[in-house]
Amino acid sequence: MLTTIIRKNSYQDSITLMLLTNSIAEMDGINKVSIMMGTPANKDILAASGLGTPELAQAGANDIAIVMDSEREGIADEVLTNVDAFLARQGEQAQAQTEQTARSWEQALDQVPNANLVLLSIPGRYAEGEAERALDEGKHVFIFSDNVPLEAEVRLKEKAAAAGLLVMGPDCGTALIGGIPLAFANVVPRGTIGIVGASGTGIQEASCQIARLGAGVSHAIGTGGRDISQGVAARTMKMGIAALEADRDTDCILIVSKPPAPAVQAELLALLRASHKPVVVHFLGKTVTAHEPGLYFAHTLEEAAQLAVALSRGETPDVTQYAPEALALNGTDVADAACAVAAQDAEGVRSSAAAKAQGILGLYTGGTLAGEAAVMLEQALGAVGDHSSHTDGFMLNRDGHVIIDLGDDVYTQGKPHPMIAPLNRVEFIRRIADNTEVGVVLLDFVLGYGAHDDMAGETIPAIREVQAAARAAGRDLHFVATICGTEGDPQGFAAQKRALEEAGVLVALSNASAVATALALIGLAVHYEPCAVRATSESAAGAVASGGDPVLSASVSAVAQPVRLLLDEGPRIINVGLRSFTRPLVERGITHVQFDWQPLAGGDVRLQRVLTFLNRYSSETEARS
Amino acid sequence: MTSEYKTIDEANQAVIDKILAATPFLMDVVPAKSVIPLLDQQSGAKKVLLHAGPPIRWDEMTNPMQGSCIGAVLFEGWAADEDAALELLTSGKVAFEPCHHVGAVGPMGGITSANMPVLVVLNKTDGNYAYCTMNEGIGAVLRFGAYHRGVIERLRWMRDVLGPVLGQVLRGIEGGLNVNVLVTKAIAMGDEFHQRNIAASMCFLKEIAPRLVYADVPQDQLREVMRFLADTDQFFLNIMMAAAKAVMDAARTIQAGTIVTAMTRNGSNFGIRISGMGDTWFTAPVNTPDGLYFTGYSSADANPDMGDSAITETFGVGGMAMIAAPAVTRFVGSGGFGDALATSNEMRDICIARNPSFPVPTWDFQGICLGIDARKVVASRVTPVINTGIAHKQAGIGQIGAGTVHPPVECFDQAISAYAEQLGFTG
Repeated sequence: MLTTIIRKNSYQDSITLMLLTNSIAEMDGINKVSIMMGTPANKDILAASGLGTPELAQAGANDIAIVMDSEREGIADEVLTNVDAFLARQGEQAQAQTEQTARSWEQALDQVPNANLVLLSIPGRYAEGEAERALDEGKHVFIFSDNVPLEAEVRLKEKAAAAGLLVMGPDCGTALIGGIPLAFANVVPRGTIGIVGASGTGIQEASCQIARLGAGVSHAIGTGGRDISQGVAARTMKMGIAALEADRDTDCILIVSKPPAPAVQAELLALLRASHKPVVVHFLGKTVTAHEPGLYFAHTLEEAAQLAVALSRGETPDVTQYAPEALALNGTDVADAACAVAAQDAEGVRSSAAAKAQGILGLYTGGTLAGEAAVMLEQALGAVGDHSSHTDGFMLNRDGHVIIDLGDDVYTQGKPHPMIAPLNRVEFIRRIADNTEVGVVLLDFVLGYGAHDDMAGETIPAIREVQAAARAAGRDLHFVATICGTEGDPQGFAAQKRALEEAGVLVALSNASAVATALALIGLAVHYEPCAVRATSESAAGAVASGGDPVLSASVSAVAQPVRLLLDEGPRIINVGLRSFTRPLVERGITHVQFDWQPLAGGDVRLQRVLTFLNRYSSETEARS
Repeated sequence: MTSEYKTIDEANQAVIDKILAATPFLMDVVPAKSVIPLLDQQSGAKKVLLHAGPPIRWDEMTNPMQGSCIGAVLFEGWAADEDAALELLTSGKVAFEPCHHVGAVGPMGGITSANMPVLVVLNKTDGNYAYCTMNEGIGAVLRFGAYHRGVIERLRWMRDVLGPVLGQVLRGIEGGLNVNVLVTKAIAMGDEFHQRNIAASMCFLKEIAPRLVYADVPQDQLREVMRFLADTDQFFLNIMMAAAKAVMDAARTIQAGTIVTAMTRNGSNFGIRISGMGDTWFTAPVNTPDGLYFTGYSSADANPDMGDSAITETFGVGGMAMIAAPAVTRFVGSGGFGDALATSNEMRDICIARNPSFPVPTWDFQGICLGIDARKVVASRVTPVINTGIAHKQAGIGQIGAGTVHPPVECFDQAISAYAEQLGFTG
């Protein structure tokens, strides 16, 4: 049934009426509708589309003609109400401001002309070129991308140093600049501890531990894992140390990395000995034998944070004894507590053989956390193994104990990183049901920006399945977890902890504590020899030189204005690549622009060469050749 | 590349200097055959029809363009009815030539025949001419493939009345009508000259009307002409097309560089030319426009993209100047002004400069886009945006909607590769 409504002397342009028609057509009970001005041409169109009615004769060029086909009684009133509502709200949509997006350097620079930092998360083979562009524009660069050749890293860092600019990365996972989390980072209060780190989760764990102890971080500068190699010679780390030495917000400097190449380590320590500020160094896996005045060495990330917090408060840290704490649950020793948990489902069916499963299986998403677990296990097992090669992400595979870094390239080929996507680890957990060697499962849960929104929630069903299978088989199986995060993180530390505990998981407050707990469950422990503060010949030289040390004072005075300004003013960011990295920036109102980067010529190598040829073409050189 | 220009950038600068310096004037309206020798049957062995887009054969044409051809045959009296017209067209006795090859442009099907009146635009800077048929209005029109009696009768009226009357008036304007002035005025009044021409059409009428009343023609013809011009909101589109063609043909005399000098479509292929490759067309299959449809029609009914009207975008108006026309911004997408702004900003990035002769008030008075650089298109994969009417794929039904369309990026890839090879690239 066709119904015609004519609104006399009411003009809207044709686009508005076409959009209005689309909107009304979605109403229930409307088979077909058209809304047009009643011009002769439009009336022909209406007739041609089967909506011609005698009433249309009444419609003139300045009248809106609504013709609808509907079986429903009284629909005309509803339609008119919706027509009025549509016309009234036309402007609203446009008012919803869309986030600034650029598709070229020109647009990005135009939108944030005073940007001081470019965050790159694009395929590695393009990272060098775009990082170079950023440096040419006078911006600091944070390169999240990996697979950047070593020579490219050296070249970029040399170029940056010449311009007084900082290159964080490549393969830099995290940083906190002026309290602003970049890439994968936790929400940590601002404070006076400055971190320079060559390891992403290492910085994250250290900064979370600092937060847990009630202190805060001034800046955390990531360098990328290869910065401390012989080839790169810690170019970024040295700049970072000098920048923190010069930074008025920093009272204490914390260094987190794998052990640097020997020559690089010597250079770094010389630089650190000359610092006016107390320094804590954690070289993952390097045996600590003694401290030096003003220069402390930590066994674990947790201890590194403890030392730094004490020093930042002007206290003299107690370094006589460090022991990572095995978890206490409800005031009972963890071994007892664990037994209590196990006892709930014992039902007396446990066979003694099955109950004696003593293997620790660490399934880690954070590489440095996995590394720390491996080092501690080896320490407890009484021998130090070889860390240089990790086949298939196995950080440790000894005496039935296995620590796997699921973030290793082997597991991430064509798949998202396990911190983002839980599925891969969930599969590993499910397989434990059939692996009777495993007595303790060690898991990390990394929170913060960039990480999964609810890693605990995604993992718990698998944990429960395996627990049920173990119960049925009379197996003694414990889950121990560490949460690398803070209450301020988007996921919330407490909520994740509660969920895991409700699933019967023992949640430690640090990775070191989680590992110690796992060890306690199989009757082992890590023992660190007491380390005294001893002045060595080097430290004495450093102390004498302090204030006049040519290395550091040269570095400090060379801390270029751009780096000082970056730390003082905080970042203003061009985010090239992963849009999710803008989330903390949006939430904190940080000046930024999203640059939806695309490879030149869509990645077509031949077209790229054609463009290069044309851009470099010169008729003169052509004539000469 | 001639040794005159050391680099591509220098050559491109020379091309846009030509565009900037161009001064198109609307001089006259005359029968097409009087200015396009190819259409003059005395000089040609075959009957000839001009069409939009890069070269195409009869059997490759989509239905609306074939419908336009039938209409043109009937209009010219080459056949008595539709069947006879079809027989003639399929017999091979009618030759087809792109408008672009004879200094002309045509909207949609672009079918232009000997006795159709064409607008004559002279670029006084370079002394070159360009031609375009006149806008027939909306509804059932030849350019969308309609050819029933009313369509043919209108074409005859345009031939016998509208063309001669406008020609007389225009010839009476000393030096002709300055098109740049009209464009500058109308862009400030919200036209982008492809989707929206109402302000320019009125500015045109404002120039014509006082002279029209003195024209030496019968009163009834005067009334008809006045009524037609008042009713035809898009009348200026065809003037804009001819003017843009005159400007871009002058720019084409610089045979170097990577500036796009023509974009056009024939319903089958999209073709572009770049300055350094002269007359060569680089073609790829056309896309179908995205847009809003009249009731009862959907994208399933849409004919693939056609028409020479993308010469307006080549010049820098139309979709390239979307932000100039807030009233039609919603064709860009579901959004409003913000989307149009984003689109125009994106278009700016594939051009090498802005044309200060045509400042856009809604764009902080930045000039319209000037000089689409095919290198930038290839590098960024951002292609020009073209505003367009959407034809029904069956001839005669006419326009069923309007929207936007993009050229296939392959045209630009081919053009850039060919030019690089011409300059010695061997990779």
